[in-house]
Amino acid sequence: MPAPEAAPAPAAPPPADLVNVQIDGVWLKFPKGTRMIEACKQAKKEVPHYCYHPKLSSPGNCRMCLVEMGMPPRPAPGQEPEKDEHGMPKIGWMPRPVIACANTVAEGMGIRTESTLTQEVRKGVMEFLLINHPLDCPICDQAGECRLQEFSVEHGKGESRFREEKVKKPKNVDIGPRVRLDDERCIMCSRCIRFTAEIADAPVLGFTERGSYTTLAVHPGKRLEHNYSLNTVDICPVGALTSNDFRFQQRVWFLTETNSICQGCGRGCNMETHARGDTIYRQTPRENNDVNSNWMCDRGRLDFHFVNSEFRLTDPMVKNQGKHEVTSWKKAIQAVANAAVGVKGEEIAIIASARMTNEELFFVKQLAKILGTENVDVIPRLGEGDNYLSAADKNPNSNGAKLILGSEPGSKLAGITELMSRGRLRVVLALGENLLKCGFERRDLEKIPSLVTLHILANASAELSQIVLPGNAYAEKRGSMINVTGRLQRMDRAVNAPGNARDTWEILRDLVVACGGSNGLHSIEDVFSRLAAEVPAFQGLSFAKIGDLGVPVLETDEKIPLLEREKERKAKGIIVG
Amino acid sequence: MAIITVQRPKLAWHEKAFISTLFKGLKITLSHALRTFLQIAGKKPKVTMEYPEQKWDDQLPDYYRGAPALVTDEHERERCVSCQLCEFICPPKAITITPGEIPSDDPWAKVEKRPKEFEIDMIRCIYCGMCEEVCPEQAIFLRKDYAITGLSRKEMVHDKKRLYEIGGQRVGLVNKWNELK
Ligand code: SF4
Ligand code: SF4
Ligand code: SF4
Ligand code: SF4
Ligand code: FES
Repeated sequence: MPAPEAAPAPAAPPPADLVNVQIDGVWLKFPKGTRMIEACKQAKKEVPHYCYHPKLSSPGNCRMCLVEMGMPPRPAPGQEPEKDEHGMPKIGWMPRPVIACANTVAEGMGIRTESTLTQEVRKGVMEFLLINHPLDCPICDQAGECRLQEFSVEHGKGESRFREEKVKKPKNVDIGPRVRLDDERCIMCSRCIRFTAEIADAPVLGFTERGSYTTLAVHPGKRLEHNYSLNTVDICPVGALTSNDFRFQQRVWFLTETNSICQGCGRGCNMETHARGDTIYRQTPRENNDVNSNWMCDRGRLDFHFVNSEFRLTDPMVKNQGKHEVTSWKKAIQAVANAAVGVKGEEIAIIASARMTNEELFFVKQLAKILGTENVDVIPRLGEGDNYLSAADKNPNSNGAKLILGSEPGSKLAGITELMSRGRLRVVLALGENLLKCGFERRDLEKIPSLVTLHILANASAELSQIVLPGNAYAEKRGSMINVTGRLQRMDRAVNAPGNARDTWEILRDLVVACGGSNGLHSIEDVFSRLAAEVPAFQGLSFAKIGDLGVPVLETDEKIPLLEREKERKAKGIIVG
Repeated sequence: MAIITVQRPKLAWHEKAFISTLFKGLKITLSHALRTFLQIAGKKPKVTMEYPEQKWDDQLPDYYRGAPALVTDEHERERCVSCQLCEFICPPKAITITPGEIPSDDPWAKVEKRPKEFEIDMIRCIYCGMCEEVCPEQAIFLRKDYAITGLSRKEMVHDKKRLYEIGGQRVGLVNKWNELK
């Protein structure tokens, strides 16, 4: 076979220094410094591993990634190196295996990932790892996505030769508010220790004891409680660290994952929403090296329970003599149109939300235009950011709101509040916000003859409203948002909205139509195409082109502290990245 | 589609008038009557049992596949740990499990998990025995109960209490949740 097809070389401008490496008999080229495990991965020869993680340092302590390796022997003085049939120097195979995770490739190196030696050592490592491992799989939350289970099926013996008593260790240990530890299941890979020390800057985990008694523990008087603690649960290859929130809720093989975007702050961490039927059970980060690397914060990750809430609005309602009555969508939409059409623009206000998707905000803008009002704004949510991922802007789509509505979020709120307190507003549309929680006074809201709330939860402002329209939550919709770094990202529908609740964008579109507008927009793709035609930043894009990882559309000077540090560590060769 | 012409059989006159067939039938009937008569005379009658007044339950083989049910062990411990494998494997999706955590003051707290609710919809169940086969805890068995009736769909759903009633106690199974584990 003619030599080497180049492996995907890095995009860096100076041509990378390439070396020839033979993997399972095929010669390939890799940039110098590539870890053997990554080279094998690129050659589609996955090497089983536990302790190695591309975003963490590589201590090489689990030994699962052992492979057979060889180098061309150094020729004696005057001797020509022997060549194989590809014209490459012949490899002298080493009698003992090496770990693929911490070693880098070299010119002329040979790697065998499927040889007898490699298979034998994997079998041996698996046997050692399983010696003291409990028979917990039926009660272990990791079962079904457990590396130990997977590799023991692929590389293990299938039967235990161990006849002694297993070492007993602490089980069901409370090490933090959100994470639980089972020491018997721990395989001492130290990924969690490295994460807390290297990424979260809160080194609270460590090993105590020695040999087969090695035990993972939190340092005395410390707890694993920082806002990134649940990432340790994701990277733990076994069920030693599990999430208190997800504990015993559902077996993982029942869950379907949907690509989504976290709504917790403007970072827009990429994540997967795991649901069974129409119930969400957990959310996990999805790798995106331009946004959140492989991590996300606990606050955002756990902020989904309201979607399953019993307080969800399920039917459109109109107030009749002080009491809300369930009505049809047609009547409810018509009631809003009846209340708003014919009212002077300055007597109408629309308070939308920067938690809405771009597509929804597009209809908000249309609605404002058709009702002739300038009083349209979103509620800003400024909080505290941290030195990792969490952004100070707690709205996921402030940039989208700014771009589409054409004004700084919150700049018109003072004016609207002023009009409201003077009783000048006859129609107020609260779209996706609970006004009482956003600084509006109950006595002001009571002055409004027609208060319309479009929300997902039965809250106090919905109670005050004349018309209530049940929309859908983030996990129930498709749409796009722009995060604080100006990246346009997409989210998909993971579950269905309860009862008669409808897609928020469809409700808004129907409102626009009922108020005299017209458009033939029937799918979110159509809406985005219209947006792309109207908003210069979206030019040339379509909903499909946004892709799973998003595309940058705006220039902002926002930096992501965690990613900056990862870049630095990658440049130093500490991590693979 | 190809058309195949089938030749009608040529029938003799007695066949056309059903005379010979009549005698054939009579022969079968009389031979059965004679055999029954001989059995009664020899005191070994084979007769139809009057189900449900009479039942043959003691003759059911051990591998009989009746209603699936949950069992407890010799320490009265619920063997099921709600791993939900049976729920996954069940071909007609008859099983619905709500997992729960065992409280820390329970004597079996170390098992950590057991079903809060366990339902088998006996309208769906096809008595295939997959749940018994897949169970890693030897907690669910197909018993010899076959007369599962009810007046409503709801009555046909066996809840946890009912499942343990049917299942009862099973001793001598593997007990991995003892001290040695
Ligand atoms: S960690 Fe993996 S192998 Fe160990 S009990 Fe849990 S699922 Fe089973
Ligand atoms: S708890 Fe998990 S991640 Fe931490 S050392 Fe043990 S096996 Fe590794
Ligand atoms: S016997 Fe078969 S159909 Fe019935 S519950 Fe068990 S697995 Fe399901
Ligand atoms: S397979 Fe066995 S242990 Fe698992 S849920 Fe079913 S009955 Fe319970
Ligand atoms: S992955 Fe290489 S030693 Fe653990």
